[in-house]
Formats: sequence, structure tokens, C-alpha cells
Amino acid sequence: MKLSYFPGCTLKNHARNFEDSTLYAMDRLGVEVVELDRWNCCGTVYSLSADDLMRQVAPIRNLLRTRERGDSQLMTGCSMCFNTLKRANHRARANAEDLARMNDFMYDEPVDYAGDVDVLHVLEVVRDQIGFDAIRERVVKPLEGLRVACYYGCMLVRPNEAAIDDAENPRVLEDLITVLGGEPVDFSHKTECCGAHQTVDKPEIVADKTYEILGAAKAQGADTVAVSCPLCAFNLDHRQETTLKIHADFHTMPVVYFSQLMAIALGGSESVLRLDLHHTPLGPLLVGKGLL
Amino acid sequence: MTVFVSRDKINSGFTAKVQRLADQNLMACYQCGKCSAGCPMAAYMDIPPNQMIRLAQLGMEDELLSCEAIWLCVSCMTCNMRCPKGVRIAELIESMRQIKLRTRQDHLQVENISEADLRAIPPIALIGSMRKFTS
Repeated sequence: MKLSYFPGCTLKNHARNFEDSTLYAMDRLGVEVVELDRWNCCGTVYSLSADDLMRQVAPIRNLLRTRERGDSQLMTGCSMCFNTLKRANHRARANAEDLARMNDFMYDEPVDYAGDVDVLHVLEVVRDQIGFDAIRERVVKPLEGLRVACYYGCMLVRPNEAAIDDAENPRVLEDLITVLGGEPVDFSHKTECCGAHQTVDKPEIVADKTYEILGAAKAQGADTVAVSCPLCAFNLDHRQETTLKIHADFHTMPVVYFSQLMAIALGGSESVLRLDLHHTPLGPLLVGKGLL
Repeated sequence: MTVFVSRDKINSGFTAKVQRLADQNLMACYQCGKCSAGCPMAAYMDIPPNQMIRLAQLGMEDELLSCEAIWLCVSCMTCNMRCPKGVRIAELIESMRQIKLRTRQDHLQVENISEADLRAIPPIALIGSMRKFTS
């Protein structure tokens, strides 16, 4: 299987651990991942204003780049990129007038966008195209004894037109962890917002959210929280420092990308995990569980 | 908070502007409060989401455009998903931010972000923040 791939800005720097482990896991599962050779920023957040078509053009251009490659599917790992690309695509498909105006604006593009590219998240590729059975066969190092709280955040499950699973009780991450040999825990906060971009302006709010979310995971006996969004990862991991200052009874907890857990179970070496990018160390937990 | 309802405010055009920018019908809201009940930011807001909607129905422009709450909403979409009337509250709050931003009244002063934060905070957070808080 061959798939066009949109990395997004953050997977190329702060979240190299996400990208490297995703590419490794995809390779092990027989998926050839081809990065778009001329991708641009997705816009980061989907524009909510009814009259703001201008800001839908950036995500749509990436779909044109996919079409230029003769491909009709674009895979991305970053939850925010996924949500923005998927919703822009939905708007283009659902509203012919909007699409025509966007194409008019992109007069420098040799071909119009016709709404014919599907935006896929890595987890959808894993579940729907590769399949959990095929993954089970490739597991060489089961995540035995690792208790994982699966955290979806907002962008994978809301709104409906971008949701990869049930909005209130998604299961895809739990199913994946089970296939990898780990133990998913019941987790009340799996779709509770981490505070998102408030981390720039009001990190103390994000620290409160981190306290609540990781506290709920801890209460269920989780060893770690698995995420799919580099912003959730930053807030839940790096903001633990601020959380400790505000909440004296806070217990730190390592945060992991679901793709890192895939890479470990599929036989990846430490180099694809990029443990140096974590704030609360993940290494000691993995060593303790015999996974490193 | 005490507010005074008047025909002038209701007919001022603010309500229509918010609805137009959001492509939503404010009047569909019947104040069940489900949006505020599930809002992860409600605890920090000076005006919770259901009250923002009520004030917008009544044309309370000054109260809404000077409140902190419109800047606390992070568009997590929990309210939109749970509203029994299908009102997209996040879009309505976005339109209130837009009314400020489109007159160049930025909420975030980018030049005040420290060098250390610019380095440490991932680009999606910085860009997301600028998209939501600056014109």
C-alpha cells in the first residue's frame, strides 16, 4: 500500500518523536508513505466564520498537491492538521458555490480542486486499511503489563464531520493498545479538552487541565497517557512543570504518542522514539516494563 | 451581573451581525444550559456560554465584547456536539471574537511572548493562538 502523507509543521520539529515512530510503524506494516513534496501550512485551526473562505484555501491547496501525485487519499498524523484539512474538505464538498469561489481565487493552480481527495488520520489507516489482525501478526514485543489511558482530546472526535470514532466514547485507541498487548484503562477524561492554545497566553489554565486529566488517568492506575495531538502532548507533558507549582499533590506521569507504542511493539529501536523530546521522562517506565 | 434590556439594543444590529458571521440562528437557543455544563473552560469564564448566547439574543454588545469569556473559548466543539437544538455555540463565540479582531483590537500582543516561549512552545500552539487572538 502506498499513501500520500502530510506531516505538518510540528511533526518536523517539536514532535519528531511522533513522526519518526509513525514512519517506522508504517514501514513495518508494509505501508509506503510518500510525503507531499510541496506541502504548506494547513492553517492550524479550522476557520469558523461563515464568510471567511480565504482561510480555507491553504488546506485545500494540500489536497490539490495530493491530486497532482495522482492520489486520492492524504494521510496525516497531527490531530490538528487532520481536523483542519478534513473540515475544509467537507466544506468544499458540501458547498459547490464555496468550492467554485475557492478555485477562482486559486487562479495560479493549473487544475481546479474537485473535492475528490479523502483526508485520513493515521489511526483510520491503522484500523480500516491495515486492520488490527494484520498488526497483531507483526507484534514482536507485546506491551505486557503497560497500563495506558487513551486520550483523544478534541480534534479526532469533534465535530461529526471530522470524527474518526464515536464522539463521547471512542474506542480505536483502546483497540489498538489491546492489539499491541497493552492494557487500556477506563478513562473518564479521554475527550476532555487540554486547554489547547491557551498554553501561550494562560498556561495556568492548561496546568489545571493537566492536573485533572492526568489525575483521572492516575486514579485508574494508568502508567502513561497515549495521545495523537502534538499540542495535547505539549500541554500534558511539558506543562507538568507549571502543574507541579500550582498543585502540590500532583504526580507527574510520562506521556506517549500512540505511534511510539506501535513502534515499540513492532520492534523499533530507541532511536525512532526520540525520548529526548519528552519533558517527563518516558524511558524509565519503558525500562521498568522491559520494553526498552 | 445586572443588565438592562431595551428595544434599542435588541434592534441595534449586533444580534444580526453575530448570526451572519456564524451562519447560525441565535433564537433557536432555549437556555437548557447543556453547553455550559460540558464546557471545559466555563469555570474560568466571567460569562458562561449559555449566558453569552442569551446576551447575544438581547443585543448586549458592550457586555459581550468586553468580557473575558469570548477569549477563553478554545473551540473544542463539545457544546456544538451536545446542543439539543443544533446551535453551533463555538461559531457564535468565534463571531464575537471576529467583531473585535476585524477592527484591529488584538487580544494577544505577539511582541510580549518571550524568546524562551517562542522556542519551547510548538508552532501549532503559537499559530493557533495567533489565529484566534490576532487580526
